[in-house]
Amino acid sequence: MLALMVYLILIPLYRMLETTFTYQEKDIYYDRNAVTGELTLFHWMRMLTGQVAEVLTYAPLQHSIVISVGATLLALLIGSALAWMVIRTDMPGRNVINALATVPYIMPSWTIAMAWTVLFKNRTSGGSPGMYEYFWGQSPPDWLAYGPIPIIISSALHYYTFFFLFVAAALMSIDSNLEEAGELMGANRWRILRKITFPLVIPALLSGFIMTFSKVMGTFGGPNVLGVPVGYYTLSTMIRSNMGMGNNADGFVLAIVLIMLAMVTVYVNQRVVGTRKSYETIGGRGFVANQTKLRNWRFVLTAGVILFQIVIAILPLGILTFSTFMLIDGEYSPGNFTLHYWIGESTPSISNGVPGVLRNPAIYQGAWNSIHLSLWTAFFTAFLGVILGYAIAKGRGTRLSKLVEQIAFIPYVIPGIAFGAVYISMFAKPVGPIPALYGTFALLVIVSVAKHLPYSARTGVSAMLQVGRELEEAGQVAGANAWERFRRIIFPLTSPGFVSGFLMTFITTMRELSLIILLVTPSTQVLASMTIRYLENDDTQMANAVIVILVTLVLIGNWLISLFRGGSLKKGLGM
Amino acid sequence: MGTSILIRNLIKRFGNVIAVNKVSLTIEPGTFLTLLGPSGCGKTTLLRCIAGLEDPNEGEIFIGDKLVFSSAQGINLPAGQRNLGLVFQNYALWPHMTVRQNMTFALEIQKMPKEQMAQRVTDSLAEVQMGGYESRYPREMSGGQQQRIALARMLAYRPKVFLIDEPLSNLDARLRIDMRAELKRLHHISGATTVYVTHDQIEALTMSSDIAVMKEGVIQQMDTPDRIYRCPANLFVADFIGNPKVNLLEGKVDSANSVDLGRFKLAANTRDATGQVVVGVRPEDIAISTTPVANAVEFKTYSVMPSGADSTIVAQREGLEVTVRVMGNSKIRMDDSIWLTFNPDSLNLYDKASGNLVVSQ
Repeated sequence: MLALMVYLILIPLYRMLETTFTYQEKDIYYDRNAVTGELTLFHWMRMLTGQVAEVLTYAPLQHSIVISVGATLLALLIGSALAWMVIRTDMPGRNVINALATVPYIMPSWTIAMAWTVLFKNRTSGGSPGMYEYFWGQSPPDWLAYGPIPIIISSALHYYTFFFLFVAAALMSIDSNLEEAGELMGANRWRILRKITFPLVIPALLSGFIMTFSKVMGTFGGPNVLGVPVGYYTLSTMIRSNMGMGNNADGFVLAIVLIMLAMVTVYVNQRVVGTRKSYETIGGRGFVANQTKLRNWRFVLTAGVILFQIVIAILPLGILTFSTFMLIDGEYSPGNFTLHYWIGESTPSISNGVPGVLRNPAIYQGAWNSIHLSLWTAFFTAFLGVILGYAIAKGRGTRLSKLVEQIAFIPYVIPGIAFGAVYISMFAKPVGPIPALYGTFALLVIVSVAKHLPYSARTGVSAMLQVGRELEEAGQVAGANAWERFRRIIFPLTSPGFVSGFLMTFITTMRELSLIILLVTPSTQVLASMTIRYLENDDTQMANAVIVILVTLVLIGNWLISLFRGGSLKKGLGM
Repeated sequence: MGTSILIRNLIKRFGNVIAVNKVSLTIEPGTFLTLLGPSGCGKTTLLRCIAGLEDPNEGEIFIGDKLVFSSAQGINLPAGQRNLGLVFQNYALWPHMTVRQNMTFALEIQKMPKEQMAQRVTDSLAEVQMGGYESRYPREMSGGQQQRIALARMLAYRPKVFLIDEPLSNLDARLRIDMRAELKRLHHISGATTVYVTHDQIEALTMSSDIAVMKEGVIQQMDTPDRIYRCPANLFVADFIGNPKVNLLEGKVDSANSVDLGRFKLAANTRDATGQVVVGVRPEDIAISTTPVANAVEFKTYSVMPSGADSTIVAQREGLEVTVRVMGNSKIRMDDSIWLTFNPDSLNLYDKASGNLVVSQ
């Protein structure tokens, strides 16, 4: 187990670091003295102190921080407010809101970004303008069309789900007696909220903060759609741009900067929370927490929230679908209506002769790759989860078990695109008996499985701990060997958790982009990466059609999850 | 310094369930009243209604001479303005605050000067023998220590009424006995009117000045511990109080001073009791002999259970089972013949149909 962890996580990290300190073949163009393979600080100097450092490193770093902080704070606001309304008010329709709250997270993260461009695109980036200009005749300002503000909004609308889930769970588990004790001593509602409820939710807010912050930093889709066209680069898009030019070592430097940034966040979080104040909220004795009465505001708020959810979940899809029916980009008259992008034959004058998506074998190949990748990833992740959980739970307290658990946690803090970069360095060349995996489908599976390790390890361990030692010992006394005990006692008792884990991994892998964008090649394209490729070729309608297909597949998958008892997004996140 | 509490015709419903059903209660200043009953009898709900954490549907509550709740007049004083303290079953210590912060929370609301606040913390901690724990967080203390801190938090702001909800149920047996003594002592010192909720009859009997036994939202009997034990007002109270349980023997009043139990007749002060009755007799009120005695009834021992200070003997005769308690370690063995004497003055007679006490000892 330890060997596998080292192979999947530690060695790739080391290889990446090593690459940044050696001359690459291409470096001869930049530095006459470069000798391929020789040890050098060249890449670090170039990226951190050189003439290009400002453009290649510091500006993207600053942008990444601005976007991450902005999106995380906005997500915090939206997620916590929704959670509070669902858990702690007498608002009608809370069940509907609760069910809809996780939908934006299920959809690909750049869906809203793409819908945004369809709406607000202006002439700054070239090409045809968006709906806003078409219908209002006025060009939207640049700050609304591109750059930090739309990226922050579109990312927050996707990632607020973490805050929603964490805060809702925390609010639900707060013992209502804790608030009543304050009430009894004469504290008013505001004081109770400020002095008791809020501090008790802080740990949840911080976990949400870490998770969201590191995800937004590593996110590629949104910044690529809304930032790159106007040269607003973040670390993630800059990494890809460097890699695209073949400057892998430079890209790795940025990836390491990104990883360090994420690690600092985690460190700060742990310092702030500390161990003394960390606590499990002790369950009460089942009194329903007192709900804030909203009185006349109830219906207004419900209507507002549901409208909001429709706007962020359904409207983007509607806009994207609508745009795929337009023959010429940016022209929304009925005469421009076409089904060409869906079922049209190849016509040289449209999209360089690419046929409609439903007639295009490349799309079917991509869809098949997506499903394939998700199934394999889900399978191996669930499988590893069982084994990891068993190994860690069995050896609980030993140093080895702790080490495995800690290594398995590392991918959690490595932003998606950086994790992809790590794997390029590892598998570009053969390592020992393992061939160079770059360009293969297997590599996509490996990187996806490795990225899911923290979740699977956590679900695995908690599932195993729930079973309890006695049940297994009873089997031992009855004479069952280790395999028998695992097969007949442990596995049946823990499998429901793994089924939901399996389904959840399936969905998240299906719409994952940041992680694999650096690793896909034309033969291993998945739907997620195809949307980006079409977008970059300016085939907007194609890109939008592909994302509509992808969302449809994901929603079908999600519907399948809901058929399984106990399957939920929450469990998939290891909560 | 205690305050009286007066409750009139209080009703609290949860949907179709009536948790508190027309309860009327007068609690004199300085009383230690225990609300005793099985789980689900409405005792905690009644306590929470007094505290102001639950809104009753009907009735009135006075604390001192202040009307704090009245359905008729639409009065419902918020919990914080009733000047009472509540110790929760699970302590409800705020996990993110130190002991000191937990204790000064209420004092800060009262805007008490800093020095006085510090003095209060020190004094209150001393009262529960927890001096020196000011900077601990709740999770850094054992259950028993948390319990004491929960008490100290209440003592710190000197409420007129103590409301205590099953505080000992989460402690182990040994600690529970220690804390009983502590609580009784605290009540003695402070003189605060105390309403204590428990399902443990030993706690109720050992600590209270009065006990109110509840069942299905109705107070069955409110009396001193001794009266509750000796003269239970109905079969429910008789059966609920006492360990080992009271013997309840069904029979028929056949003539003056005699109850026919079917297998044998029992001399009793029947007074105005008639017809079908249930005779209640405490296990320790039955005299036992290993040799035949005049007016005694012969039984066979079914099981003998010595427990050090006393022994419990289960005896049978023609399918009738009687529990007897004797002091010391009994020499009687299983399947021995024994002779039991029922003292007419120690019997309570209940009407079988209504279950109410008709003749008390």
